Amino acid sequence: MINFQEVCKTYENGVRALKNVSFSVADGEFVFIVGPSGSGKSTLVKLLCAELTPTSGSVTVGEFDVGSLPRRHVPYLRREIGVVFQDFRLIADKTVYENVAFVMRVVGVPPRTIRKRVPYVLELVGIDHKADRYPDELSGGEQQRVAVARALVNNPDVILADEPTGNLDPMRSLELMTLLSEINARGTTVIVVTHAHEIVNAFKKRVITLEDGCVVSDRRGGYFGTGRIKHERE
Amino acid sequence: MNGNNYSVFSNMWYFLKEGFRGVFVHGFMSFAAITVIAACLLVTTTFLLVAYNIDMQIDDLQSSNEIVVYIDESLSREQAQALRSSIIALDNVEDAIFVTREEFFDNFLDGLGEDTYVLEELRQDNPMRDSFRVIMDDVSLHAETLKALTELQGIADSNSDVELSERLVQLRSVVNTVSLTLLVLLGIVSLFVISNTVKLALHARAEEIGIMKIVGATNSFIRAPFVVEGIILGVAASVFVFAAQWLVYNYLGTQLSGGLPILTMVPFEVFRYKLALILLSAGVLLGMSGSIVTIKRYMKV
Repeated sequence: MINFQEVCKTYENGVRALKNVSFSVADGEFVFIVGPSGSGKSTLVKLLCAELTPTSGSVTVGEFDVGSLPRRHVPYLRREIGVVFQDFRLIADKTVYENVAFVMRVVGVPPRTIRKRVPYVLELVGIDHKADRYPDELSGGEQQRVAVARALVNNPDVILADEPTGNLDPMRSLELMTLLSEINARGTTVIVVTHAHEIVNAFKKRVITLEDGCVVSDRRGGYFGTGRIKHERE
Repeated sequence: MNGNNYSVFSNMWYFLKEGFRGVFVHGFMSFAAITVIAACLLVTTTFLLVAYNIDMQIDDLQSSNEIVVYIDESLSREQAQALRSSIIALDNVEDAIFVTREEFFDNFLDGLGEDTYVLEELRQDNPMRDSFRVIMDDVSLHAETLKALTELQGIADSNSDVELSERLVQLRSVVNTVSLTLLVLLGIVSLFVISNTVKLALHARAEEIGIMKIVGATNSFIRAPFVVEGIILGVAASVFVFAAQWLVYNYLGTQLSGGLPILTMVPFEVFRYKLALILLSAGVLLGMSGSIVTIKRYMKV
C-alpha cells in the first residue's frame, strides 16, 4: 500500500515540484504515472525511494512513513521497492549473473539462497541464457530485462520503473511492459513512470496524470490529460 | 541463527576481498599512500625509540640502589675503614662495603675484558682509591643520601651520575616535545594521504555505490570495504616500518656498542612486541579514521 496524502514538495531554490498531491496505490495494483517533463514525476519517484522528504503532507510505503523515517531505516524502505531505471544502471565489470547476485549479497542474503534464486529470476525475465555475459554485450532490451531481474530478485512488494522504455525501440518497449504486467499478475505492485503514450494506451491500466505538480486525472484507460500535454511530446 | 552467522562471515570475506581489490586497482596511489604513511610512522617511531632509550637510561641511573664513594688518599687504610661506622649511621644507608684500591683495580681490569695485560704495569702505581659501596634503603632519596655522604670528612668523590641523570631528563623533555609535535603533524599528513586514496576509490565506484543504496544496502555495509581498504594501507605501512626499524635499530646497536658504552641501547627484542602493537594500532587507527572521515564527507547517503 502506497499513500500520498496532500503532498507538497518545494525545493530550496523555490521550485514547487509537487502541489497537494494525493493518491493511493493498493497492493497488487498496476499504475502508470504520466506527465510531461517538469510535471513532478521525478520528484515523486525520489519521494518513494526516500531520497527526498515531503515539505508537507505524508508519503507512506507499506509501514514506512517517508517524512519521519530515521535515516538508518531508509535502506529497509528501499528493500520494499525494486527500481528499474531508464539507463539500466548495470555495473559494467560484472556479468549479468553477478549484477543480480550482487544486490542480494548487499542485503545480506546467504550465498546458498543467492545461488538458487538468481537463476530462477533470470529465467523469469527470459535472460538466463546470457547469465555469463557482460552488460555491454547485450542489447538495450536485454539489459533492461537484467535490470528488471535485479529489481525483482529481493522479492520487493513494489516494482518502480522510472521511464523504463526511454532507451528502447517500440517492439522492445512492448515486450518489457508485457514482462512487467506478468510480474504484476504474480502479485507485485507495479508503478511505471513514463511519457510513452502508445504503451499507456495499449495496456488499459490505471493512469495517474501529473501536470505542473498537480494530479490532473486518475482513471483507468489510456493517456488522459489536458490537450496541451499531447502536443508536448519530445 | 546458522544462516545469520554464515552471512556475517561471507560479508567479512566480501569486505576483505573488496578492500584488497581497491588497494590493487589503485596500485600506484596505494603505493604512494603506503610510502608516505610509512615515512611518517618511521620518523615518529624513531623519536619514540630515542625517547624510550633515554627513559630506560634515566631509570637505570635512578634505580641503582648503590653509590660508590671514594676515600681521600690522605687517609690511612685504618682511618678509611673507620669511616664505615659514620656512613652506616647516616639515614637511608643500609650497608657499606669497603673495597680496597687493589680489589677495585682488579674489578676494573675484569670489566675491560681481554688484552688488559698492557695495563698490568699500572698495578704498581695503582691510580685507584679505596672506596665504599654504599647500599641505600630507598632509591628515591638518592640525591639526599649522596649529599650527606659527600659532606662526611674523608670522602673525596662519588660515582653518582646525578648530573648525567638531570641532563638526560632535560633531553627527554626536548625529545618528548619533538615527538609529540611530529606525531601530530605526520599523523595529519598520513590521514590526508589515506583520505585521498579512499576518495579516489569512492569516485571510481560511485556507480556501484549508487546501486547499492537504491537496493537498500545499509550504510555500514557500503562503507565497510572502503574502511577495510584504508586499514590495509595503514597496516601495510606499519608492517614495513616494523621491519625497517628492526634492521636499522640492530645495525645502530652493533655500531654503537663497538664504540663507547656510555649510553647503552635497549636490545630490540625487549620491546619488539610492544613496538609491533603500537605500530599496528597506529596503522589501523590512521587507516580507519582516514577512510571514515572521507566517506562521511564524500558519500551522501
